[in-house]
Amino acid sequence: MNAVLDAGSTISERLGATGTANALELKGVSKYFGALAALIDIDITVRPSERRAVLGSNGAGKTTLFNCVAGDFPATTGSIRFFGEDITRFPPHERIRRGLRRTYQISLLFTGLTVLDNIFLACIGVSRSRFSFLQPGRDDALMASAENLVRVVHLEDAKDEQVATLSYGQQRQLEIAMALAGAPRFILFDEPAAGLSPAERSELIEILVGLPTHMGFIIIEHDMDVALRVAESVTMMHNGRIFKEGSPAEIEDDPEVQALYLGGEVG
Amino acid sequence: MSIFDPAETSLAAPSDGRSWLERVPVAYWVVGLILLIMPAIAGDFMLFQIFGWTFILGLIALGLMFLGGYGGMVSLAQMSIAGVGGYMVAIFGVSAIDTISLGWPWYVAIPIALIIAMLFGTLTGWLAVRTEGIYTIMITLAIAAAFFYFARQNYVMFNGFSGFNGVLPPMLFGVDWRGAAAFYYLTLFWAALGYLVVLYISRAPFGLALQGVRDNPRRMSALGYNVTAHRVAAYTFASLLAAIGGILLTWQSAQISPGTAGIGPAIDILVIAVIGGMRHPVGPFIGAFIYVILKTYAIDALVTLGLSGERFQLLIGIAFLSIVFWSPDGIIGLWDRLREDRKRDPLTGRGGEEP
Repeated sequence: MNAVLDAGSTISERLGATGTANALELKGVSKYFGALAALIDIDITVRPSERRAVLGSNGAGKTTLFNCVAGDFPATTGSIRFFGEDITRFPPHERIRRGLRRTYQISLLFTGLTVLDNIFLACIGVSRSRFSFLQPGRDDALMASAENLVRVVHLEDAKDEQVATLSYGQQRQLEIAMALAGAPRFILFDEPAAGLSPAERSELIEILVGLPTHMGFIIIEHDMDVALRVAESVTMMHNGRIFKEGSPAEIEDDPEVQALYLGGEVG
Repeated sequence: MSIFDPAETSLAAPSDGRSWLERVPVAYWVVGLILLIMPAIAGDFMLFQIFGWTFILGLIALGLMFLGGYGGMVSLAQMSIAGVGGYMVAIFGVSAIDTISLGWPWYVAIPIALIIAMLFGTLTGWLAVRTEGIYTIMITLAIAAAFFYFARQNYVMFNGFSGFNGVLPPMLFGVDWRGAAAFYYLTLFWAALGYLVVLYISRAPFGLALQGVRDNPRRMSALGYNVTAHRVAAYTFASLLAAIGGILLTWQSAQISPGTAGIGPAIDILVIAVIGGMRHPVGPFIGAFIYVILKTYAIDALVTLGLSGERFQLLIGIAFLSIVFWSPDGIIGLWDRLREDRKRDPLTGRGGEEP
């Protein structure tokens, strides 16, 4: 699978250029919607190949955090660095072109297109063919990488199906494939396992664990089991703030975390 | 949300092994043949006035269909861009107003005209893409109105109210391109080329991404697309179609004046695109044909019925309203529904959607 994703990418060059910078470095990031504070003074540092789980109840600010990092909504204050580069004021497409990727909790797919064409669209987005007026030929390189991604997320059988006809679980897999297009350096997975059956869940874990080891990610996950199996570090969020950070074992054993999760204090 | 037609927009290379020539639908051969032999059947008025005008207006409206149908942006500036194309050919090329016209040869004047019209269209788009829906219509209408009044009041470059006359196509290959049959083939060529290019681009990365931007701009941004740049580029391409149409329109009447690109004609282009349908590039040409027929024969029809011929605009308005009322997606939508109804099982009423 490594070979598949590395084909034609410049990851090693980019890593060389950025040296030892962290993949993500958030300093004092806050996000206000009017008077409502969705994120308050967030500091997070994630190493390039690190796999981090973000836990927290509904309304803890997890998806808002993703929206600030990916640029869907800009942060109100604070700074965000991506592999050393300050991307705080960048529009989303500039962040994506630098190797950041994200998936959406509620699938934002092109339901009238086939699986392959959705992935192909994602592949063109991060290539120079964005403005191409020429239709892809039989041996188109981008189409070939789209075909590869179909295999990575185990959707070979459904690749010519219209997305609207896919099962929910397959749509979640397609979301992941679209985030893997081009040469991703760091990925934000927004609750990829939500609403999946146990079988689909283990397939998802298999896909995530099977990603190339240099590819770091942050995964928002309610399900402790999934989070702890794919992540090596955990950040707990609560009411828009960082509540706890540590290894999965530390978080699980933490009495405050247990009180928060089991005490029913928050939904 | 799924306005993509999967059968038509699938980008995977066709797997049935037929060459592209064999995959051209029968309807294309039939329509193409009829259009090619038309000069043998139709009279000069029909060729020059009805079909020539249809192809020109269809080409200008095709740009609007591209913006509206694939990009979700409705611009009323298409006719102004066509006007810029026409004016620039008159200013840089040859016209009867030789105090202003520079008289440069056609192979210099036409490219300059196209480039200036595209710059004008790109600038219009650059302003318009910051807005959505009704505000896009307002801002492009404002640009159309501004261009009209500017051209009417500027005598140094645009020769004010009277504009330019004697603007003729070049005598290329010894053919008088304003002759009925020659002009018919000239406009047919550009209309057909425009149609095929739009159809082709709709399935190329640029067109597909434009449709993605229309359906889900936020997602496209998260896939690395610069949504604003993509929209502006769509305006540039639509301007090229309008500019070609504008030059042909100027040659047809041998003159260009502010009225050519007035507010009325600007709205007419929208009417043409809506009547025909914005979902497929054939729509604008169907719309243009209906518009030209109504505009040409409405007076005669009214007089025949013993009514006052001055009311022809009313007849056009009623025709427009009834088409929009019965089929919001124009004649194409009407056609699609009829075809679906025919496939429906008369007893169960099912099966209409199946291919």
